[in-house]
Amino acid sequence: MHLILFLIFAGFCLAGAINLLLQTHPINSALSLIVVMTSLAVLYLLLGAEFLAIAQIIVYSGAVMVLFTFVVMLLNAGREERTLGSRAAARVGFPAVVALFAVLATILLHAHGLGSAHLGQGLSNAPGQSNLILLSQVLFHELLLPFEVTSVLILIAILGAVAIAHVEGSKVPDSERMAEK
Amino acid sequence: MSFLQHDFPISWYLLLSAILFSLGVVGFLIKRNLITVFMSIELMLNAVNLSFVTFAYQWHEVRGQIFVFFVMMVAAAEAAVGLAIIIAVFRARSTLAVDRIDLMKL
Repeated sequence: MHLILFLIFAGFCLAGAINLLLQTHPINSALSLIVVMTSLAVLYLLLGAEFLAIAQIIVYSGAVMVLFTFVVMLLNAGREERTLGSRAAARVGFPAVVALFAVLATILLHAHGLGSAHLGQGLSNAPGQSNLILLSQVLFHELLLPFEVTSVLILIAILGAVAIAHVEGSKVPDSERMAEK
Repeated sequence: MSFLQHDFPISWYLLLSAILFSLGVVGFLIKRNLITVFMSIELMLNAVNLSFVTFAYQWHEVRGQIFVFFVMMVAAAEAAVGLAIIIAVFRARSTLAVDRIDLMKL
């Protein structure tokens, strides 16, 4: 069961990621990224992270991707121009990506004998009990201060986003006023 | 969810994570649209989150999941600020092609 679900949604993940690379229109890339993120939420569910699965759907597939699609529509982003790109990307970049993948795979599979490790009993203490209780105990007791600081971070990010994207609104009325005079 | 727990190698999850991360790097290199480049960065973040959740499951440690939660929050803030910067760049240069945004290029 685990194997079948993993294969299906890992396939969705990979197909979405490859489709993201192949599509030329940004809106298609955004939609395939939603497929990747929703499939990742199912994989989190398989790994016993129910809270993260729901948070993934709400935060990533919901909020972040709505923001992306809004920006794509707002800027009226058209078809991507296919240029050859820099020579450095072709000569150094792609071998570097292959080397990066090899290093990652080697480290992940050989460190501490992880390649032969199998999924354990899961995080839950008792069968049928969610690890949500454990997670909330750690998050809201031990890590309460970082959790609250995160809200300040998000507030500052919102203010920063508004400040950056804000149009200098005073210019147009000023010029109109000047024209009227 | 006891029916889900069989002998299942976690290396498959880790390999999937590594593949997704590498695809994100490839997208960062080959995409020529500012928004799509940003999407590739989000893909890399998600790949790392997957390996965090896998290790949290393997070591029976809930802190890995909490770290992913904080990564999600920071990524949401980063997406808001990044997209605002993209809008500002589009206003200034009227283009989203990364080849045309070359003011700081040598």
